[in-house]
Amino acid sequence: MVERTPILNFFTHLILFAGFVFCVAPFVIVAIAASHNLKDVNDVPMSLLPGSDFWVNIKTAWTTADLGPKLFNSFIMAFGVAAGKVIVSALTAFSIVYFRYPGRMLIFWLIFVTLMLPLEVRIVPTYAVVANVLDPYQAIMDLTGLSWLIQKISGVQVQLSLGLLNSYSGLILPLVATATGTFLYRQFFLTVPDELTEAARMDGAGALRFFVDILLPLSRNNMAALGTIMFLWAWNQYLWPLLITTDQSHAMAVTELKQLIPNVGGAPEWHIAMAGTLIVMVPPMIVVVLMQRWFVRGLIATEK
Amino acid sequence: MASITIRGVKKNYAKTQVVHGVDLDFASGEFVVILGPSGCGKSTLLRMIAGLEEISDGTIAIDGTVVNKLEPRERGCAMVFQNYALYPHMSVAQNIGYSLKVAGVPAAERAERVQAVARVLELEHLLDRKPMALSGGQRQRVAMGRAMIREPKVFLFDEPLSNLDAKLRVQMRSEIRKLHRRLNATSVFVTHDQVEAMTLADRLVVMNGGRVEQVGTPAEVYSRPASRFVATFVGAPAMNMLEGTVTLDGLSLLGDSRKLNVSRTGLAVGAKVAVGIRPEAVRMVAPGTPGALEASVDLIEELGAGRVIYVDLDGAPFSIVTSETVHPEPGSTVGLQFAEADLHFFSSETGGRLDVFKATVPEPAL
Repeated sequence: MVERTPILNFFTHLILFAGFVFCVAPFVIVAIAASHNLKDVNDVPMSLLPGSDFWVNIKTAWTTADLGPKLFNSFIMAFGVAAGKVIVSALTAFSIVYFRYPGRMLIFWLIFVTLMLPLEVRIVPTYAVVANVLDPYQAIMDLTGLSWLIQKISGVQVQLSLGLLNSYSGLILPLVATATGTFLYRQFFLTVPDELTEAARMDGAGALRFFVDILLPLSRNNMAALGTIMFLWAWNQYLWPLLITTDQSHAMAVTELKQLIPNVGGAPEWHIAMAGTLIVMVPPMIVVVLMQRWFVRGLIATEK
Repeated sequence: MASITIRGVKKNYAKTQVVHGVDLDFASGEFVVILGPSGCGKSTLLRMIAGLEEISDGTIAIDGTVVNKLEPRERGCAMVFQNYALYPHMSVAQNIGYSLKVAGVPAAERAERVQAVARVLELEHLLDRKPMALSGGQRQRVAMGRAMIREPKVFLFDEPLSNLDAKLRVQMRSEIRKLHRRLNATSVFVTHDQVEAMTLADRLVVMNGGRVEQVGTPAEVYSRPASRFVATFVGAPAMNMLEGTVTLDGLSLLGDSRKLNVSRTGLAVGAKVAVGIRPEAVRMVAPGTPGALEASVDLIEELGAGRVIYVDLDGAPFSIVTSETVHPEPGSTVGLQFAEADLHFFSSETGGRLDVFKATVPEPAL
């Protein structure tokens, strides 16, 4: 719809601009605060003209919170989660859309229902499983009397134990399953013309071949979109890393930010905290900027 | 090269049966066209031959081997789809060579064979392009190249020309025909377009409602349609049909309003029949000519080389194709005359052909 309405245009731009200011203003304030010294940042009201200590504050924040290794940890975790989600959900959706087997819809809906069970809801059982991945199997063996039987026969006491606390796997694996991703892929796969599948069959390609050669290249926009969103989501995870990383060597950048927040009775060093926040914000921003072109295409248009 | 034998093939979707027991034999190297209206089961039949659709009952054999349980790739068929079904992310060369890649043919040999196919189809300058950057006709040629490169025993075409514009369609039609002459592989071509069917087919299979109505050369199907359906479906404008009853001295048509003097060999008095006459077999004569039916002119369609004249025969629509330069005024009365040999009789109940006359079948004009 193309209309020539100068007044309406003016108002729509006004609304757009207001929204822009609303979104960007907090970041501008953070950036300005990060450039002040201890005295200026605590002035009321704080001066909105940038100060001169920006790089000094950034450096202080970096060394105080030891952000280097933390950013690395965060990156490993966010990248692992995003990549895991992209792969697992592609496979799940492929199975659901392209294969006919009993219970297919049931499985789809079970996956769908997990949308209503975010990590926060199932945090206790999830923690228990990560603390000892084999615990459920131990329980099954105990319940069925299998461990008793094994002990009777071989004299070995069955004690399965595999802990993932304080490890990258423990950080990543519980976050990899995703209903959103499965759903996104499913919707995309449904738009792929049946004739393409049939042409691949006529060309002699088996299911896996079709998936790798045809479906995956076609869904690269989808993968980029999902990967970006999930990278950001994983980067911003707070509760889960806080819970399972007791060891400083596996701490995440986002959780370690709290070290920079002034304690009660300590010096109100908000300029350092703001500088740290800025540093932690940079990697996801780079990802968004790099992926933006694909990302938008993947969410909006189906390529025809 | 391979023959195809289809025996009692049926197809059910849940409870609906869409193909009701088809028996057909396609000889090796033959170009067979399956013609029928949409929903007649022609595409389903083709897809069952290809292996894309399960066969509910009966058998399909290619070269004597029953293929019911074989995967598409094991049947030696190649298929050209209606929407081309090219892989959008692959270049033309990759599209054509994909089946070889899957089969594990080394890259050098693959490139060579792609080149050879591209030369035949005049696609050499387009090999690096993506399908998106091609015109409809070019895409169609790529789709054919993809089928050709495997050197299949059987070519299957599923309405491959229906997405092209009229001019391109005529051009591709003759290209497919030439290609067939060159490769001489057994080809099965499905279409709802009768001109396509008539021009391409060595043999024509007319289907309706999941059944085969007639099998024959295009000339046979045109000149001796086996049923009322075939008679009205093949030929444009469609064959005129008049309901009538056999009387002592001929036929009474249209609820006794008209009489037709014909010898009535083999038909019982009182039998209900439908009389068919091709528009191009009707001659216009002056009204009042003895033995002619009188009708009033409704509409004239000028075709350049000839014209179609639509007349009204007591409420029944009737058309005449003539190349004579006559221009009767709409509303005027004309006389219609035709030879007995040009009449086709069909049973009113079953729709089957009633052979009243020993009609002669002209030699297939090829």
